[in-house]
Amino acid sequence: MGANLFNNYGEAVAMILFVIGCGNLMLQSNLIKKIIGLNIMDTAVYLFLAQKGYISGRVAPIVVDGVQSVEAYINPVPSGLVLTGIVVSVSVSALMLSLTIRLYQRYHTLDLDEISLQLKKEGL
Amino acid sequence: MPGQMSFVQNFPCFSIILCMFIGIISSAFKEKIARWLNIIALVVNIVLSAAVLLYTVRTGESYVYVMGRFPAPWGNELRVGMLETGLALFFCVIMLFCLLGGRHKLVQEVEEGKQGLYYVLADLMLSSLLALIYTNDLFTAYVFVEINTISACGLIMIRQNGRTIEAAVRYMIMSLLGSGLFLVGICMLYDLTGHLLMSNIKIEIARIVAEGAYRPPLLVTIAIISVGLAIKSALFPFHAWLPDAYGYSTVSSAAILSSLVSKGYIFLLFKIIYRVIGFEVFHDSKIVDILFLFGLMGMVFGSLSAIKENDIRRMIAFSSVAQVGYIYMGIGMGTQAGMVASVFHVVSHVATKSLLFISAIGLTDVSGGSRKFIELTGSGYRNKCAGVAFSVGSLSMVGVPMFSGFVSKLLFSQAAVQNDGKMLPTLIVLGISTILNAIYFMKTVIRIYTPVEEGEYPTVEWWSNKIYASVLLCFVVLNILLGVCSQPIVDLIESGLNIFA
Repeated sequence: MGANLFNNYGEAVAMILFVIGCGNLMLQSNLIKKIIGLNIMDTAVYLFLAQKGYISGRVAPIVVDGVQSVEAYINPVPSGLVLTGIVVSVSVSALMLSLTIRLYQRYHTLDLDEISLQLKKEGL
Repeated sequence: MPGQMSFVQNFPCFSIILCMFIGIISSAFKEKIARWLNIIALVVNIVLSAAVLLYTVRTGESYVYVMGRFPAPWGNELRVGMLETGLALFFCVIMLFCLLGGRHKLVQEVEEGKQGLYYVLADLMLSSLLALIYTNDLFTAYVFVEINTISACGLIMIRQNGRTIEAAVRYMIMSLLGSGLFLVGICMLYDLTGHLLMSNIKIEIARIVAEGAYRPPLLVTIAIISVGLAIKSALFPFHAWLPDAYGYSTVSSAAILSSLVSKGYIFLLFKIIYRVIGFEVFHDSKIVDILFLFGLMGMVFGSLSAIKENDIRRMIAFSSVAQVGYIYMGIGMGTQAGMVASVFHVVSHVATKSLLFISAIGLTDVSGGSRKFIELTGSGYRNKCAGVAFSVGSLSMVGVPMFSGFVSKLLFSQAAVQNDGKMLPTLIVLGISTILNAIYFMKTVIRIYTPVEEGEYPTVEWWSNKIYASVLLCFVVLNILLGVCSQPIVDLIESGLNIFA
């Protein structure tokens, strides 16, 4: 168990980061901190993917001088997935930030709990 | 007929692309054109889905549609069977009704100049729903889950007040947590199996399980994916975002979100259970028992929250929590019969919940816009059409024979009787939940039909808004149709599930 954890330290770090990000997203009441947590969470997944996709000693599957053996290249799919994931996470962060701006303009605070309190007072 | 492809087989791909394309070009047009384009997209989709449904029913088997020219282990695929096309057709019809029924409120509640954007979001939402229904590739599913989340968030916040923006933020937070977990689950599955296409993953998982290798990672993966999708579809302990999101957004959004969006995720879960993990493996992993337990809790606690609620829209929203609980209970039974009951309940809940949201708006409109029960007294007389429709929806939710809710409850109890271990808890909770449903829905129906003295609020006749009235009529007919002629639909679901894996 311990040895496995050490050998796969990249994945272990990715999972720890994921939990940290997840905790921030859930438990922080400040919206900006929530968004930072979200980004940490997503990035942890990309780290996990990148770590899984890399095989030491092999190179990116770009043909330079003729196709070498299959053993010479890494699997390009995880890298592709990371790219797609980054695009998704950027757009989601942008949306969250724009919502945060809207809320800040209205209530002059970034604290989600306080915004809820003010909403109750408004009684909409 | 391998090698030879019928033209009809292209239609699922066409409908996804069409919605997305129309969504994109609508953003450049004026509101009125965007609205018409949206209606055209929906109608064309209904026709296309109906054609594919006929085709699959005639051939009796599902087919794989290869996107691009890369064959199985690398390319992207759609997979189309009766269940998928049937649901796609149904979702398009319901979406059309929801948008038409809520149009007059949309005009009032959304700022001038932003209504065009609403239809852009609706088109994107539809295309992502269709893609979730048809896709055979897990990562494509993830991307469309995110598109779905973003457009759902847009649908919530397009009505600009503090409440909806806050609700949208809360919705996004929970949703993003769900899709984050789903993404990790996919990555771990890819890591375990080396594939992203559902059918290939299933073969590989069967091999892994037979070898007895990777047991803990597989269990964790199944758990993470189930929890991720459960969060997104508002299963009981994760439902905190739901009442605000459904309660304060404009009525079409509430109807679309409660009836279609959460069902898209549930359908993805069905797909993952059958086509990715494999029904047996999923069942043996005991995750079903946890889903079963949460489903039961949702059925009771959702209804209890609904009883406490003093706001009609939020009450209907909480009732969704209970109904999603039913669906997960069916999944949790771990039998084919339970699954059939769940799928039927998806259909029945889609038809009923959108009816309730759309009709509730008619009642609140004739009560000075207030959603408090005290103001709603007698509103069933002031807007007869909405009153009747709301009563039909309530009766269906409670499970009175003749309406769709009854059939799904019947199917659930039949499934429970065939399942030794879970019979007693299912039947008991089903009974309790029905009583609780009856309490809050009948309370509302009695309230809207309690006579009050003339005066305070105006009476609205049905012809003052003909579109609204005819949408309600369609919904009522659909509900009764589902309740009376349920057998063909159940048969279709059964045969669809048989070829689903």
